[in-house]
Amino acid sequence: MFKIVKKEFLSENVARLVIEAPYIAKSRKAGNFIILRIDKNGERIPLTIADADMEQGTITVIVQRVGVSSHKLCAMNAGEMLLDVVGPLGTATHIAKIGTVLCAGGGVGVAPLFPIVQAMKLAGNRVITVIAARTKDLVILEDEMRAYSDELIIMTDDGSLGTKGLVTQGMEEVIQREKVNEAVVIGPAVMMKFAALTTKKYNIPTVASLNTIMVDGTGMCGACRVSVGGKTEFVCVSGPEFDAHKVNFDEMLNRLKAYKTKEAEGYRDYLKSLEATPALV
Amino acid sequence: MTKELDKEYYKAERKAEWRNKLRKEIKSKERTNVVRVHMPEADPNVRNKSNIEVNKGLTLEMAVSESSRCLDCVVPTCVSGCPVGTNIPKFVKYIESGDILGAAKVLKENNSLPAICGRVCPQEIQCEAQCVYVKKLSKEGSAIGYLERFAADYERESGNSSIPELASPNGIKMAVIGSGPAGLTVAGELAKFGYDVTVFEALHDLGGVLKYGIPEFRLPKDIVDFEINTIKQMGVKFITNFIVGKTASINDLKNEGFKAFFVASGAGLPNFMNIPGENFNGIQSANEFLTRVNLMNGADANFDTPVHTGKNVVIVGGGNTAMDSVRTAKRMGAERAMIVYRRSQEEMPARAEEVKHAIEEGIEFINLASPIEYFANVNGMVTKMRVQKMQLGEPDASGRRRPQPIEGSEYDIDVDSVIIAVGVSPNPIIQQSMPDLEVTKWNTIKVDENMMTSIPGLFAGGDIVRGGATVILAMGDGRKAAQGMHKYINETILAEV
Ligand SMILES: Cc1cc2nc3c(=O)[nH]c(=O)nc-3n(C[C@H](O)[C@H](O)[C@H](O)COP(=O)(O)OP(=O)(O)OC[C@H]3O[C@@H](n4cnc5c(N)ncnc54)[C@H](O)[C@@H]3O)c2cc1C
Ligand SMILES: Cc1cc2nc3c(=O)[nH]c(=O)nc-3n(C[C@H](O)[C@H](O)[C@H](O)COP(=O)(O)OP(=O)(O)OC[C@H]3O[C@@H](n4cnc5c(N)ncnc54)[C@H](O)[C@@H]3O)c2cc1C
Ligand code: SF4
Ligand code: FES
Repeated sequence: MFKIVKKEFLSENVARLVIEAPYIAKSRKAGNFIILRIDKNGERIPLTIADADMEQGTITVIVQRVGVSSHKLCAMNAGEMLLDVVGPLGTATHIAKIGTVLCAGGGVGVAPLFPIVQAMKLAGNRVITVIAARTKDLVILEDEMRAYSDELIIMTDDGSLGTKGLVTQGMEEVIQREKVNEAVVIGPAVMMKFAALTTKKYNIPTVASLNTIMVDGTGMCGACRVSVGGKTEFVCVSGPEFDAHKVNFDEMLNRLKAYKTKEAEGYRDYLKSLEATPALV
Repeated sequence: MTKELDKEYYKAERKAEWRNKLRKEIKSKERTNVVRVHMPEADPNVRNKSNIEVNKGLTLEMAVSESSRCLDCVVPTCVSGCPVGTNIPKFVKYIESGDILGAAKVLKENNSLPAICGRVCPQEIQCEAQCVYVKKLSKEGSAIGYLERFAADYERESGNSSIPELASPNGIKMAVIGSGPAGLTVAGELAKFGYDVTVFEALHDLGGVLKYGIPEFRLPKDIVDFEINTIKQMGVKFITNFIVGKTASINDLKNEGFKAFFVASGAGLPNFMNIPGENFNGIQSANEFLTRVNLMNGADANFDTPVHTGKNVVIVGGGNTAMDSVRTAKRMGAERAMIVYRRSQEEMPARAEEVKHAIEEGIEFINLASPIEYFANVNGMVTKMRVQKMQLGEPDASGRRRPQPIEGSEYDIDVDSVIIAVGVSPNPIIQQSMPDLEVTKWNTIKVDENMMTSIPGLFAGGDIVRGGATVILAMGDGRKAAQGMHKYINETILAEV
């Protein structure tokens, strides 16, 4: 059992949870993720380790409410227990002194971007960060990002904060202004697809962190497979980060829809059951 | 122990008062005239819609009758066919004498998972194939597997389950990586020597393939749990959600005081065929499908994990994994549940019994055919697969005739779900975390005759060493490794003090 020691909402649908997991706190690196299971009927869901505190033996995850499991997780409170937490999973980000690194995050992808921004900065790089969201209230981790970035650009679809526009516009602005040695992009698959197309125009080496559907996270099921440079790769063991210019994003976008109908039905039924028993909400 | 010693040992045991008496009760001629027992099975049309166990087990009368067939041979050749060296004539004769708990105790001397082996071992090509009935009398061998299952089930149901004798604790910490049959066996054996054993498991549940792969209708989960529980009662500690090489390294564990290690991380990585369209939705590996159903209860609406099946389901492959997948798909409501396999039915690697059960349950077999491409609808969901007919050519390295494509024989099958069961590769996590560890070109871990790897104190066995093999071979490795680890500790750690 893994205790939640702290929970808070960063925006309406995004919560930050601090979880007791001393081994993981000790061994995790930027780019790693965990898989957790809330209770015995729960599914195994992957979440990036956004931060960790070795002394307290805790890790931080940031979760967006999109379906049954993330809804249940956002409804949990400090003091409650998660049945299973396993990790750190995946291959850690390659962190080195590269020069200027452009880090771009969309939506909840800003959460997994944070440890990379932090590590890139600590490795002595010039870090320019672009974070994007639909609207002001959905922008997360602004202060944290600012603390570790040489420059922080905020983009919102409606212009309610920062500059009005998409993440790719913010990226172009930087690229046209100065030399960028590497880009890291994390967010919804569509956003990563277009971000990759943007940096490709300028031949900037780019890394994307893929959030495919997963079950075991140890290379056993193949649910997480993607085509990278025409080869099948398992995101959970060889990834989650890959050369963004080689990822087949269209195939990945399709695979993310695999359980869409079933999940949507499940979520609708779940929300209905909550309405029927309001005391549980 | 040498083979000669073994022989003498069996001879001496055979001379025991009760065995002599039992042998004299029935003439050998009469024994050989008894007809081999048939395992009662659930009705195929009922069982293919539920998860009830297919094989129902023997009654006491059946078991005693079957055990009376065994001739209690002077040289029990059956034993040579058992990878863990089960004392077969002794346990069988205990059954004939009516002492079923005694029989169960004998089984446990060499095998900590008898109820599991009695269900899933390929007995027909192991012990039973070496039985004198088969070798000399051209009759069906003793039903050793059925009797093993009977004794183990009887003991469990009696509530008088015994725990093997343990040496007094020596306080030396041993680590086991993976809780499949190899890991469980090594843990049990090391506990018998008196070690302080901890098993680390990556998943949230114990048992490896026994839990996430082999379905309930062939191996009920409570039976696996019961046998694991016996090992727990022997003092073995289990830690789930712990990936050695990720959560902590072997070196970290060394610093925590572990003196020797056994890697039993299995061959979990599914192979794909790399043909066009294979990544469309509705196409999954057997491991994904079986894990969603068996480990995550995906077929049960009370659980959150979804699982995809359909009306027209094709499983590609011909091994036990393919049979388990196709029969599971049938149970989940497939109208056509089909096997597509590139060789003929005789060449299928699956156990004959499982193929027979599948046919009875209404599984369609499309043999001598191999997929070459998949097609999908606008939503990216698979709708059709193109297969090419095959013919058998000359035998290949495996001794089986090599399938060759027949040009121009392609045709399409309508599908809404495809499950790929064309083999597995070794789990890569331990190898990735230990660059010095010697591996083969297939990425299996190299071991010496004591099951020790190129790193002193680090042992390995089961599928991670052999590639996808069997439960009993994994257990055989576990037994051998326990001896090797014991020897290693005596020669290094204990020699120093
Ligand atoms: C390596 C990795 C790291 C991740 N890190 C984070 C993180 O830090 N924070 C976070 O909020 N989420 C993260 N995710 C995504 C997260 O795992 C899913 O959002 C979660 O599993 C959804 O579960 P659910 O039951 O609530 O929704 P479901 O009912 O499973 O899904 C609802 C809808 O969400 C979408 N969805 C489902 N799974 C994913 C997925 N893996 N990626 C994108 N969309 C999905 C689908 O469109 C689906 O229809 C990560 C995924 C991976 C693979
Ligand atoms: C569907 C299916 C049906 C089968 N049917 C039969 C049958 O009828 N008869 C038969 O004899 N054989 C059968 N087999 C084969 C048999 O199950 C395997 O040969 C056997 O389970 C191998 O045992 P193992 O202990 O080596 O590994 P596994 O059973 O694979 O167990 C390995 C365990 O190690 C864990 N692990 C991996 N890496 C780590 C790590 N780094 N840290 C911690 N834990 C880790 C895994 O999660 C897993 O639980 C079947 C296999 C499958 C898939
Ligand atoms: S070889 Fe057959 S008959 Fe002889 S002891 Fe073994 S099981 Fe009995
Ligand atoms: S999640 Fe199962 S192989 Fe990656």
